[in-house]
Amino acid sequence: MKPIAGLLDWLDHRTGYRGAVHEALYERIPGGSRWRYVWGSTLVFTFFVQVVTGLFLWMAYSPSAHTAWESVFHIQYQMQGGWLLRGLHHFTAQAMVVLLVLHLMQVIIDGAYRAPREVNFWIGLILMQIVLGLSLTGYLLPWDQKGYWATRVATNLLGLVGQRVPELVVGGPDYGHQTLTRFFAFHAGVLPLLLVVFLGLHIALFRRHGISARKPLRRPDVAFWPDQVFKDAVACLAVLAVVLFLIVRPGLFGGQDLLHMPKAALGAELGAPADPANPYSAARPEWYFLFLFQFLKLFEGHGASGEFLGAIVVPGLVMGFMFLMPFIGRWKLGHRLNIVYLLSLLCGIGWLTYSAYREDHRAQWIDWNAYGAEYAEVQDVLRETNSDPKLIDRHFHGDAAKLADFDRKLATYEQVKKSADYLDAVKLADENARRAKELASRPGLIPVSGALTLLSHDPLTQGRRLFERHCAGCHTHFDPDGPPSPTDQDRLARSTAPNLFGFASRRWLTGLLDPKQIVKPNYFGNTSHKKGDMVDFVTGALQEDETWKKGELDSVVDALSAEAKLQAQQPADKADQATIKTGQTLIKDTDRCAQCHRFQGTAVPLGMAPDLTGYGSREWLTAFLGNPAHERFYGKDNDRMPAFAADAQHPEKNRLTAEEIGYLVSWLRGDSAEHAP
Amino acid sequence: MGKFEAKRETASGGMARGGMASGATATSGKSSEPDDRRGFLVRMMAVVIGGLVTIFPFAAGLLVFADPWRRQASGARLVKVATLDDVPDDGVPRRFSVSENQVDAWNYYPNQPVGAIYLRRIKGHATPEALQATCPHAGCMVDFANSAHVFKCPCHNSSFQPDGQIIQPSPAPRPMDTLVCKVIDRAGVKEVWVEFQNFYTGSADKIPKV
Repeated sequence: MKPIAGLLDWLDHRTGYRGAVHEALYERIPGGSRWRYVWGSTLVFTFFVQVVTGLFLWMAYSPSAHTAWESVFHIQYQMQGGWLLRGLHHFTAQAMVVLLVLHLMQVIIDGAYRAPREVNFWIGLILMQIVLGLSLTGYLLPWDQKGYWATRVATNLLGLVGQRVPELVVGGPDYGHQTLTRFFAFHAGVLPLLLVVFLGLHIALFRRHGISARKPLRRPDVAFWPDQVFKDAVACLAVLAVVLFLIVRPGLFGGQDLLHMPKAALGAELGAPADPANPYSAARPEWYFLFLFQFLKLFEGHGASGEFLGAIVVPGLVMGFMFLMPFIGRWKLGHRLNIVYLLSLLCGIGWLTYSAYREDHRAQWIDWNAYGAEYAEVQDVLRETNSDPKLIDRHFHGDAAKLADFDRKLATYEQVKKSADYLDAVKLADENARRAKELASRPGLIPVSGALTLLSHDPLTQGRRLFERHCAGCHTHFDPDGPPSPTDQDRLARSTAPNLFGFASRRWLTGLLDPKQIVKPNYFGNTSHKKGDMVDFVTGALQEDETWKKGELDSVVDALSAEAKLQAQQPADKADQATIKTGQTLIKDTDRCAQCHRFQGTAVPLGMAPDLTGYGSREWLTAFLGNPAHERFYGKDNDRMPAFAADAQHPEKNRLTAEEIGYLVSWLRGDSAEHAP
Repeated sequence: MGKFEAKRETASGGMARGGMASGATATSGKSSEPDDRRGFLVRMMAVVIGGLVTIFPFAAGLLVFADPWRRQASGARLVKVATLDDVPDDGVPRRFSVSENQVDAWNYYPNQPVGAIYLRRIKGHATPEALQATCPHAGCMVDFANSAHVFKCPCHNSSFQPDGQIIQPSPAPRPMDTLVCKVIDRAGVKEVWVEFQNFYTGSADKIPKV
């Protein structure tokens, strides 16, 4: 011990460390250590966590439009412990916001902003702004759909401050590489630097003035070390425990064994890569900014000045009042006013946050058993009247009471529909995210052009989008056996072409050949074919027991469906070879299908009915989409389906390119990218 | 200046502690005008030079930071968006994406989706009307609600008529932005071309983005 003691003496003589340590640890706390003092220390702790995790994340993160999402994906799913590191960074940021509020509450309630601590209080308020700025800039860095579109709204709001201000922040007229580099520089450089400077001042001033303990002092004075340090450490442990809980939460209630679950699914989420061409309308700011998002809705209908009021003026005044608190709090009444102000503010913020959440999730929380009928009723009226107020008036025969009732129901309907649309958008975004990660995990990895390229060449993703754009005006695509979504029911009622979910599958063909289903909107019910020969046949001749024995129709379905060579059906097609052979013979029977349809060489001339050879196969479907009015398909009986690629010689004249048709065909057939030719 | 003279005189005994404060002007005895002016000059130069060297890196940095203000966007450019067949004259607005060659800092992207427009053709009209699909409020993309036959922005609930006029109450400061639309006959195919542009959001005036 003596040589060590001697060494320490030598060091102390050169550096004076003992004095510094004593100064730091033996700060006097009048009235004893208290749990309510821990918040400041927990904030320092969380900032420390952010800096450390941030630095290590920085060693793996790359801020450019082609590498941001990709590097975050790599960290989360491919680097060991990446999920944990990123999870710590993400959830500690959330915890920090909560701790900020707790610290602010303690300071204000205990009147610790009063003289001589006014300047320190202001520094604290500035620190709060810096932390919120760190959150805002950090949200964009993964460059996923949610962060990208939510931040775009925020930077557009900056335009209220000055027309050319957003360009500086965004790095140009539009989002791109320079946006990421700037946001990252602020997030990892400018703001942390400012935070350290102000934190240093904050702590220095705090040490200068000492703790502002509430009178009367309950216990004897103690030193910071070890009593308060102990309480602070316990509080930090609690914060860490909460953060760890949030990280592993997806694994806890997901029904999967936590130990065997892919670790990468834990921790912070990652959306699909940012896509400037596909806006994510359900993008929301992080939960602690939701109140601002909701607050702005109150200023609707008041144009640009209303927005300026709601986004700049009111928040500015609210913050401004807080800066005045030290002076207002000089008097007892003033101090009480400050507390009331703070608590009302927190209540208001809490209520606005809850409102935002409730509006978005209304369709999820509503009791559809009780409400469903009313929703459908409003939908029907809107469809019949095409939402024209005059026609609605006529619908209710001008009855004022009924119209008022309808208006009330309409208001509810619109809120529920908006929520349903929001939830649909979130669901679609989740699917795209899952798909993007699936594609990025394939052996071919991510091309240099970025993960977005993977999606833009993915048949499943593009097929769905192309369907929405070019087909969904007439067709529907949803599982009719699944739980009925109100959106799908409405679309079905408005459709003028079949529901193509599972097209050419055995289930779909069974429905087509069912006399009760073929006349419904899911098949020909809303088309001119309702009065056509096929419906006649299915409702008539097909029902005669003499011609069609039990089981024969099933074999026809199997045989016809086998023509499509659907991926999902391959095992079944292989197993049912015998039935398929029987079915093929039946189809070729000129007294049955072959009376009108050509099939594998039967002698029927084209033009009476679609050629069933290769029905639903890639080649057949590609040719069909190209020109459904070709004699090989519907010929002159074609209802109103357009030809999407009628001119093979001049493809630039066609509505869809060969690539786009390829995507649609893959998607309709359920072909996955791996096996698509 | 006088303070340091005091120090020099005690230098033989080692450095006097608390240096500057202890040196009184007692031993200098001279506070003549030329010394005062020189003292002032030294102080002023210290501030100016110190200030200059400190500001210099910031100035260089801010210059780069303000680079976006120097660059000009390309203005309205004529882009083909559809064929006339894609726009039936039923008065229903339909969304079309707009693709252009794009430059993002050091990268060049041929044929990228850069935005979207709505095309609507009224019965009997040969040329469609074009509207920017970007909401003039905060830049989200406006949807067309087929059932209600109105435009609705999903972000903050702005609503617009099929011709782009605002339906109050809406947060949007102005109607949807119209774009010049032309039908060009190319080898028998009628193509729809639009002078595509972006406009600043949040203002009552329709100002093209620089």
